Amino acid sequence: MNPARCASSLGLAAAITLAGMAMAQAPLAPPTQAVDFASQIAPILESKCQACHGPAQQLSGLRLDDRAEALKGGYSGPVIVPGDGEASRLIQLVSGQVDGVVMPPVGDRLQAGEISLLRAWIDQGADWPDSTGEAAAETWESKTDHWAFQPVRRPSLPAVAQRSWTRNPIDRFVLASLEREGIEPAPEASPATLARRLSLDLTGLPPSPERVDAFLSDPGPGAYERLVDGLLESRHYGERWAIHWLDLARYADTDGYEKDTERPYAWRWRQWVIDALNRDMPFDRFTVEQIAGDTLPDAAVDQRIATGFHRNGLKNREGGVKIEQFRFEETVDRTNTVGTVWLGLTVGCSQCHDHKYDPISQKDYYRLFAFMNAMDEAEIAAPVAGEMGPYLKALPGYLARRRELLAKNRVYELQPAWEAKMVEAADNPGKWTDWDHALDAVQKYMDNGEGLVRKPRQDRTDREQTILEDHFVKNYHRVITKEFWKELDWVGLRKELLRLRAETPDITYARAVADATPPRRTRIHLRGAWNATGVPVEPGTPSVLPPFESEGKHPRLALAEWLVSTDNPLTSRVTVNRIWQEYFGRGIVPTADDFGTRSPGPSHPDLLDWLASEFMDRGWSLKQLHKTIVMSAAYRQSSASRPELQERDPGNVLLARQRRLRLPAEIIRDSALKASGLLNPAIGGPSVRPAQPEGVADLAYAGSVKWNESRGKDRYRRGLYTFFQRTVPYPQLMNFDMPDRTATRCTRERSNTPLQALNLLNDRTFVEAARALAVRVAESNGGDFEKAVREAFRLVLTRDPTASEIRHLRSYFDQQMAIFDSEPDAASKFMPLAAAGLGRSEIAAWTGVASVLMNLDEFITRE
Amino acid sequence: MDLPGFQAIQTRRHFFRYCAGGLDTAALAYLLGNPASASASRLANPNPLAPKPAHFAPTAKNVIFLFMAGAPSQIDLYDPKPALRRWHGQPLPESMTRDLKLAFVKPSAKILASPRAFRPHGESGTEFSDYIPHIASRADDICVVRSMHTEAFNHHPGQSLLMSGSVQLGRPTIGAWVSYGLGSESDDLPAFVVLSSGRGSSGGSSNWSNGFLDSTYQGVVFRNTGEPILFLKNPPGVSNRTQRARLDSIRRLNQERYEATGDTEIASRIQSYELAFRMQAAAPDLLDFSKESQATLDMYGVGKDPTHPYATNCLLARRMVEKGVRFVMLAHASWDDHQEIDRKLGRNCAITDQPAGALMKDLRQRGLLDSTLVVWAGEFGRTPLGQLERVDEAAGRDHHADCFSAWVAGGGVQGGQVIGQTDELGLGIAEDPVHVHDLQATVLHCLGLDHERLTYRHMGRDFRLTDVAGTVVRQALA
Repeated sequence: MNPARCASSLGLAAAITLAGMAMAQAPLAPPTQAVDFASQIAPILESKCQACHGPAQQLSGLRLDDRAEALKGGYSGPVIVPGDGEASRLIQLVSGQVDGVVMPPVGDRLQAGEISLLRAWIDQGADWPDSTGEAAAETWESKTDHWAFQPVRRPSLPAVAQRSWTRNPIDRFVLASLEREGIEPAPEASPATLARRLSLDLTGLPPSPERVDAFLSDPGPGAYERLVDGLLESRHYGERWAIHWLDLARYADTDGYEKDTERPYAWRWRQWVIDALNRDMPFDRFTVEQIAGDTLPDAAVDQRIATGFHRNGLKNREGGVKIEQFRFEETVDRTNTVGTVWLGLTVGCSQCHDHKYDPISQKDYYRLFAFMNAMDEAEIAAPVAGEMGPYLKALPGYLARRRELLAKNRVYELQPAWEAKMVEAADNPGKWTDWDHALDAVQKYMDNGEGLVRKPRQDRTDREQTILEDHFVKNYHRVITKEFWKELDWVGLRKELLRLRAETPDITYARAVADATPPRRTRIHLRGAWNATGVPVEPGTPSVLPPFESEGKHPRLALAEWLVSTDNPLTSRVTVNRIWQEYFGRGIVPTADDFGTRSPGPSHPDLLDWLASEFMDRGWSLKQLHKTIVMSAAYRQSSASRPELQERDPGNVLLARQRRLRLPAEIIRDSALKASGLLNPAIGGPSVRPAQPEGVADLAYAGSVKWNESRGKDRYRRGLYTFFQRTVPYPQLMNFDMPDRTATRCTRERSNTPLQALNLLNDRTFVEAARALAVRVAESNGGDFEKAVREAFRLVLTRDPTASEIRHLRSYFDQQMAIFDSEPDAASKFMPLAAAGLGRSEIAAWTGVASVLMNLDEFITRE
Repeated sequence: MDLPGFQAIQTRRHFFRYCAGGLDTAALAYLLGNPASASASRLANPNPLAPKPAHFAPTAKNVIFLFMAGAPSQIDLYDPKPALRRWHGQPLPESMTRDLKLAFVKPSAKILASPRAFRPHGESGTEFSDYIPHIASRADDICVVRSMHTEAFNHHPGQSLLMSGSVQLGRPTIGAWVSYGLGSESDDLPAFVVLSSGRGSSGGSSNWSNGFLDSTYQGVVFRNTGEPILFLKNPPGVSNRTQRARLDSIRRLNQERYEATGDTEIASRIQSYELAFRMQAAAPDLLDFSKESQATLDMYGVGKDPTHPYATNCLLARRMVEKGVRFVMLAHASWDDHQEIDRKLGRNCAITDQPAGALMKDLRQRGLLDSTLVVWAGEFGRTPLGQLERVDEAAGRDHHADCFSAWVAGGGVQGGQVIGQTDELGLGIAEDPVHVHDLQATVLHCLGLDHERLTYRHMGRDFRLTDVAGTVVRQALA
């Protein structure tokens, strides 16, 4: 939210107008006789000030109904200077002496007589008999009645009549509420539906026919559980649930904003997430490493990679952006992300003012902000297996050749003076326009560029020096004449450097964070403005939640541990709720991103607490949590709608059935590739650029984005590896409601649009998948129509076709055959691939059938 | 989905059951809703783009937003500042520049007076510069606002504020809000269409993003060459006949599944496929200018250099409005003239002025201007201070957020007037400030939407286009 505009909602706009109309009032000469607080001052404060600065709220952190609080002042500092009324901000504000502001901003202003009384009272020492603070205690405490701030309990299981239906404790809670309403649960879904549901939910891929067959032919009592365990062991599990985490972490492969520069190593963090999930890293550990992995004693490379979580936000490298302003905005984003992901609270509302609905003060906000504000960005070497050996072997030769090139081209001779000039420009802004521009590039194009220029040569690492030299070679033209630039001919040098770089083995790096040096302290930002700071604050957590103690630990580490302490009532609830939402299409708390007082609250409060406590009791194991949910009878219900309940429970809040859920964008792609056999199942690694229509990238700023389509098997990687270019994201992903990754997102929309239809009908990737599927099913069945259709159904929909479906597809197939027989050209265009033993129009007609199946609502839906 | 809609679908479900032989044409028309039975289909239709009532009687049905990305110079186009001549080539006294927020230049930079000539046009006598004679010829339809202001003075945040009401990315944009609030009047085209020319704007697709609304409301980019909408063309070798057969098969199997599960989402899926098919026919038709008279094509500058791309977009915009497209955005980039501003501005005006003027005239002649709101705006303005040490033809202007010009016309706007005034030097606003939120509130108002009531709950908060601000600019209204 824009701070300055937001302020207007607090009446500041009104204040400004008023101030404009009424000139500053000269206070009357103060009375000479002693002023009595109780009879003369307290009534003024009460009638004119305390509505905003009293027990109910303390706008700007100021409270004027309590002596100690009043003397402390507000976010911008003390307002009463005992003995000096004229120097007291309180007097200046009420008498309109502060530029653009007069207090109170709305309602009756203070009479001249009242102002002079106040002033006299302060002049006389601001004597304020200790108040009892009776009115004081009321608000914060009453707000803590809110359910989400109460400790997580372990509820006992409710009694139910139909015990035989229940499979685990989840069902006791679900059934109890159904029985209260007199509603029967839905019957269990068919085994084939369950196999498909589990496979899509746990791995994001439709099941292979072999896995389904094994399940269907396993009569043993543990067959379902064996299927679940097998899927949880699949390495595709980590990919499926990484998608969920990537939304929360606002992951992308580029910076966003105008320049939208590539982040070549962003994927290294994504890889960490997939691995951590596959290893079932406990969620408390998962949290600690991402929030503060760098602060762990002897932090391993992996633990530092994890902190890339903080680096996934946007970065504005546009010329003209103020570095400190954007650093503030980034820190706000990091703070809000932590607030949403772990606490389920809209802490961001308190950036500018005390929260309107939740007990989070602006001071609370900046205490939380202080943890993130103390971080700086860092790049670390994060080699993957097999990189280090060749890299180390090649390094000396590379550096030698590089130095030779740079020396020959006078870089060493010219760069020191340029560096000195950059530092000088930083210290004297506005002195030389050209140098300011060049400095801007230093600050923007390199992370922490100014710090790098200021760092003495001997303290820089080889990589830092390389980065700086490359920048210098590329940007020196900004500060020299065209003639000199021509004479240097560094365009050629740049090409040579790039070629040298490209032919030398390198390692992978990672985007991480580290403590800022020197340490950065935090102050409250008045009205949320980056450049208006108030009183200092120490790192801390919202005061309504269990107390935060750093106990000598690194503050950020202590924050991470506080987030996952069993006393914290939010983290476990918020996490299990989000995961539940993925399985049922609706959270137990429907507002997964807001557990505050505006949330409608949980539909099954005891179930939520049971899941949260079970999650913690089982050592924060995510796989155990997933297993518990999918083992329940509630999860296994049929998703068919129940018209008799439509009026009573249209949103299926009571869980009297499962829900049909349209698949996430990435998984729609994955399903098509898997069913057709095109999928490249490789796990992890850098992002890829699969086929997209021409011209999509052209809409990025000034044609700066190039989409160099990946080749070979990289074209068929899973959707979560698709390079995410923030300003021109991959169309198929956006058409199916992938979040734009600008900010953390807990819930995806599930829209249903004509563009989706066009996408599945006509997009090259889906046409290629249809062709591959046609070959796959037609060839192996030697042209036996019914056998081939049955196989296609099993691959695409995990079920057998009905008789009428077979009949219908047969007539469609025959009709297509006839068309393609009469139009052989069209047949070979639609289906350029050959299939052994099949004619051209036959395989083209099969392609049509395959495409029909992959366009069905059922195909893109988890039933 | 609401209850009547559900019941209608349930009724249809029974209808299918008793028609075991499948659907006949009449039933199909009922299910899919041809234009003749639109009201019946709407009842049955869970379509999120179904037309919705406005909050109050609108004065405009459609919007054409001429988005001038990169920030055109108001000082050289709409806001004459003769007083700058006196200061030309000199820095301003420090007292006057103390509070300026500037992206690149420093307050000590020299003043650059406009080399352009201004003169009054129309009965209203509104002044326009000689770079935009065609727009100027519509002076009596146009309401120029000279007192626009914003907070963001970098491109992407500025564009984000103009389009989505916030510098924070990820909010729905104005076209998405309008589609969400009013739905679509078109049976075969999207509600919110984006046409782009020039070199791509800083904000890219975030300028027409659906933000946290569902993707139904995203701006659909319509390209004026090749395939107009992504994935619109049938796959190679697929004729319309084979495509129709494919769709019929898909529909048939979807119906079976719908009967088995009773999930109304499948009914919407069937509708989406039908709309997609209609779109495949209608969208290329839009590009077929053969029925336009030569006079019309010439008036826009279609087929002429340098107007052709923008002229095509302007003509497309009119044709889309005729077909009921709710919101058409024409993005043209870039006006970010930090150097050589006079030459570059001349070039952009040569590209856009004639088509924009023709669009206004054409809308007026066809009686469409009364129901179409036209907006012309960039994300901010430019400084009276020159950028570069020199103030010759090489000089440009820096970003300026404190004051800039925009205009609105048609659909309920009182043309032939100027709102607001900047100070003598064009540094700040002297009278009647209009924030971008006020412009947004006014656009929504013309469409019959109260900007404070058009909200969407997300992250625990009711979001709206105008964030927490915005006042309708009554003076602009007829």
